[in-house]
Amino acid sequence: MAAPRRKKSKSVYAPGPKDVAVETHTLAILVKNEPGVLARVVGLFSGRGYNIESLTVAETDHDKHLSRITIVCSGTPMVIEQIKNQLGRLVPVKNVRDLTTYGPYVDRELALIKVTGKNEKRIEALRIADIFRARVVDSSLESFIFEVTGTTEKINAFIDLMRPLGLVDASRTGVAALARGETAIGGSV
Amino acid sequence: MSTVDSKKQAKKSPPEKIEKAAPDKMTGAEIIIQALIEQGVEVIFGYPGGAVLPIYDEIFKQDKIKHVLVRQEGGALHAAEGYARSTGKVGVALVTSGPGATNAVTGLTDALMDSIPLVCLTGQVPSFLIGTDAFQEADTTGITRPCTKHNVLIRDQNELAEAIHEAFHVARTGRPGPVVVDIPKDIQFAEGDYKKAAKPAAQSYNPQTAPDMSAIEEAVELMAQAKKPVFYTGGGIINAGPSASKALRELVKETGFPVTSTLMGLGAFPANDDKWLGMLGMHGTFEANWAMHDCDVMICIGARFDDRITGRIDKFSPGSIKIHVDIDPSSINKNVHIDLPIVADAQLAIEAMLKIWKDKSHKPRARSLKKWWKQIDDWRGINCLAYKPSSKIIKPQYALERLRAALENDKRDQFISTEVGQHQMWAAQFLPFNKPNRWMTSGGLGTMGYGLPAAIGAQIAHPKGLVIDVAGEASILMNIQEMSTAVQYRLPVKIFILNNQWMGMVRQWQELLHGERYSESYTDSLPDFVKLAEAYGGIGLRADTPDELDDVIDQMLKTDKVTIVDVRVDQKENCFPMIPSGKGHNEMIMSPQAEKFDKKLV
Repeated sequence: MAAPRRKKSKSVYAPGPKDVAVETHTLAILVKNEPGVLARVVGLFSGRGYNIESLTVAETDHDKHLSRITIVCSGTPMVIEQIKNQLGRLVPVKNVRDLTTYGPYVDRELALIKVTGKNEKRIEALRIADIFRARVVDSSLESFIFEVTGTTEKINAFIDLMRPLGLVDASRTGVAALARGETAIGGSV
Repeated sequence: MSTVDSKKQAKKSPPEKIEKAAPDKMTGAEIIIQALIEQGVEVIFGYPGGAVLPIYDEIFKQDKIKHVLVRQEGGALHAAEGYARSTGKVGVALVTSGPGATNAVTGLTDALMDSIPLVCLTGQVPSFLIGTDAFQEADTTGITRPCTKHNVLIRDQNELAEAIHEAFHVARTGRPGPVVVDIPKDIQFAEGDYKKAAKPAAQSYNPQTAPDMSAIEEAVELMAQAKKPVFYTGGGIINAGPSASKALRELVKETGFPVTSTLMGLGAFPANDDKWLGMLGMHGTFEANWAMHDCDVMICIGARFDDRITGRIDKFSPGSIKIHVDIDPSSINKNVHIDLPIVADAQLAIEAMLKIWKDKSHKPRARSLKKWWKQIDDWRGINCLAYKPSSKIIKPQYALERLRAALENDKRDQFISTEVGQHQMWAAQFLPFNKPNRWMTSGGLGTMGYGLPAAIGAQIAHPKGLVIDVAGEASILMNIQEMSTAVQYRLPVKIFILNNQWMGMVRQWQELLHGERYSESYTDSLPDFVKLAEAYGGIGLRADTPDELDDVIDQMLKTDKVTIVDVRVDQKENCFPMIPSGKGHNEMIMSPQAEKFDKKLV
């Protein structure tokens, strides 16, 4: 018996918007360091469906209870503007600055990378580490831990090169960034 | 305590000693009540429980704040919303930890979506039990973080007063919203210092309220040039206070531009004015939606381009320059591209527009405007709210028309709340809203069960007012327990149920968009609403036929107790006009052409 042909169901509702070009922006956010503030920021991203590519946070002014969050996020220009405005709406958020549009800025990431191996691979790893100005911060007979600082791209490149040479573990801090020149986001040291 | 009789002082010496040792110390619970009094709170809606008993003890000992006992915490939140919406003050709710707080979540989300200022105090298990899965423990700040404007867990009784003052400040300033203060039970007992509220300027949260004058000048310039302008106003004008509505009326008088409004903004501009186009959006009027579609300058004030307003975004008002005034920067450019954004309080922005319009002695382009009004009058001529009358069955629209007629002859201050669904849209279409703060409905979240507790909140705030909850038979059952609250506080709330025995709006969508497969939308086993009202100690009335209607409405308006009116309406009536999902403002479907509805996709 032939199975009845199922009509493919079609949505009767409007399709969502078409994808528009996505941009990546680095945001510096100064927040009051109070319990739950990171959850507020992260919850905003997950709740509204925004993408976080990197996030770093630490207290930058103990006396004033201020922390600085650096977020690398991606979205359409309208979404990026929404992210900034939605962040600005959070009560503990003091200031949001889009470093990508604000002007030139410096961004750095630190990574610890563990490579295990013997013989030539071990020597090759040291040689490449030298080129990337990575420091050896721990060593055993069959492993190194390298400390490398730089832009996200540099760290990606270093990790890619280390992979065939015995990379077993990597820990990255995420991006920290500051605008170039004299300007400051305010409130902080 | 100073009130202790001197003869009894000997017996009471131990507490006296504590008082002397620390004269300014108060318990956490005392601090809470003191802070509420300082904030001018007159009414709290709440429900007691283990983790708030110390606070209830303090409520018992004082008479400055009235406590209204609801029957479920959800009711407390909506009642506080109704209170806030009808007075412009901050509504206050008090609930216990765990289930008390989770029951409050819907009301908090509702208040967040509709920008209603609320402060919700929640009890929490003692600090040392937090994180142990204690009895009635819930991560209240975690749960409510995305559904409040702000929330805070109190860790030290010395911070309590400040946190409550800040909660009120945050709730009422900027774009208003709900704030939760979560207070562990040990902190309610612990002694600490009371701090008075700081001046608003000293608060850390200070949203921008004054408009950028150069943007206002630019806006006024655009308005003066406009050939086909329209004001699109929203709840922001209600939130900005009655003087914002006054300023809007003056600005419209000055310019002669047409005005439409969102569901939340009804009442900011009088519905009996000839510049009024009616509500816009999915079930808005033909003239309002077409004016939005065809306009050349759109002046949006305090509305947020919700999807129920815009319809399909790429077909939304394609040829217009859009000016958007909003106090919340994140509302601007969220859904629709704005040409001229103005971050400001609605009242300040409208007053600034008025001033510049007058200072520069602008005049609207009379000839173009006349043509525009001619076009609008043609659209009005379609009579989009028309329906097929019947002498045998009550049409829901007819029931509301009769209610409207009865309200016109009633001298009391009138407040209307609704539940959510077809009846809500019909109420918005057929009832007259001429003043701000008289209309309470769940717009953003669409919370069934909102109307009765909201009406209770409004009636508590306005004991002499006439408060009517226009309801559906399905929605009303979602918070029917609040009948008891209305009886307890002798609140003569009228519940006008348009009873079609269906979840009407669900049924309508199933009919129009899901191949008439009525999945679970029939409300079977309904109670007898007349007997139900009587069982609670209220009054029950029923209208089965159109000729009974006027009498029943008349009786309803005269009752001095909570009254349910069961209006048995046409089961099959659909709410039109309607912009089908995924269509533009210019693709509305009217009631007589319902059969033209595009069902071919199903």
